[in-house]
Amino acid sequence: MAVAVDVRLPTLLRSQAGGQSSVTVEAATIGDVLRELVSEFPGMAGQLLNDDGSLHRFVNVYVNDDDVRYLEALETPVKEGDEVSLLPAVAGG
Amino acid sequence: MASHRSILDLIGDTPLVEVSELSPNPAARLFVKLEGQNPGGSVKDRVALAMVEDAEKSGLLRPGEPGQVLLEPSSGNTGIGLAMVARVKGYHLKVVLPTNVSPERRQLLEVWGAEILESPGAEGSNGAVRIALDLAAVHPEWVFLYQYANPANPRAHYEQTGPEIWRDCPEITHFVAGLGTSGTLLGAGRYLKERNPALEVWAVEPPVGETVDGLRSLDEGYIPPIFEELGGADLLDRKSVVRPRDSVEWVRRLADAGIFAGISSGAAMAGAVRCAARLGEGQPAMIVVISADGGWKYLSSGAWTGDIDEVAERARSTIYF
Repeated sequence: MAVAVDVRLPTLLRSQAGGQSSVTVEAATIGDVLRELVSEFPGMAGQLLNDDGSLHRFVNVYVNDDDVRYLEALETPVKEGDEVSLLPAVAGG
Repeated sequence: MASHRSILDLIGDTPLVEVSELSPNPAARLFVKLEGQNPGGSVKDRVALAMVEDAEKSGLLRPGEPGQVLLEPSSGNTGIGLAMVARVKGYHLKVVLPTNVSPERRQLLEVWGAEILESPGAEGSNGAVRIALDLAAVHPEWVFLYQYANPANPRAHYEQTGPEIWRDCPEITHFVAGLGTSGTLLGAGRYLKERNPALEVWAVEPPVGETVDGLRSLDEGYIPPIFEELGGADLLDRKSVVRPRDSVEWVRRLADAGIFAGISSGAAMAGAVRCAARLGEGQPAMIVVISADGGWKYLSSGAWTGDIDEVAERARSTIYF
């Protein structure tokens, strides 16, 4: 069932969302969240998902700070009150 | 009293200290491996020495021959470890360093005579990597060790860090470390999983990408080649982001246990505590956390004594991994 989820955007995606640092979307899974974002902000299209609908390799998506790649990826469910955040893949070291 | 032929002989064999008093779960014991005890002050001494010795073995570097130059992108600790190793061995080191690292990191590089080439802080470590790759292409005569793609990096942890942990805590159930180049997690994590396939490897990372505003698009993202080549995504059981406020809070809690550790150690501890809190009730666990460095390089950040919100806000624009 779709619920309202807050999504924190990294600096480099904010310009595509009219400068907002976070937005709210209706979704049941992480895949829904990303598809909703792309539908609302078409400028994010090639940045979040590949043409085949898979997650772009340089974007990390977190639910309550856990990377969804190590949960159920795009099938990871979201529930009321969850916070989703997106971050670009950045090096350390 | 034992004496040593070189300071480089003191790299590795770091102590493991129990800090279960900080665990939120009485069934989960916590242990911290103090990599700040290495002579250059961080876990990266292991990687620095391993990469240089590997280059010497393969003939890329010729010990004793003057005029040899090393090039490396680093947010600090690898550069510092390499600066120490290069000074002892007589190589000249050029470090590509983002401008937004703590002043102590720059100072330590200068202590051992490294040459600092600045990269834009707004691009984070990705910018340092980009500039180093460009320089390496123009200067094939420089030896480009490239920690992010050098198999000697994870190998040092497979051959040393992992076996040390297994020797000191064979009952380990969870291994928690920060994700930078991924060398520690890939090397020690793989060694430990080979000994006990049920062991879980948890990665912790800072939300660096949130504020890195010098990247134009996600296509400028970066995944260390060793992470992909060595199957990092299959090795890790969990990866989570720890925000600066939690990192600072846990670096202070470590100080309550008498441990003076760097800010990334606070992040790793926060990850370990999150792990401990999620275990089933009464499920026994032995969680080993890597403390990548000591607190010395972060004194100017006010991490232990300043207003925590102000410190966390400053940490947001500083690279501490």
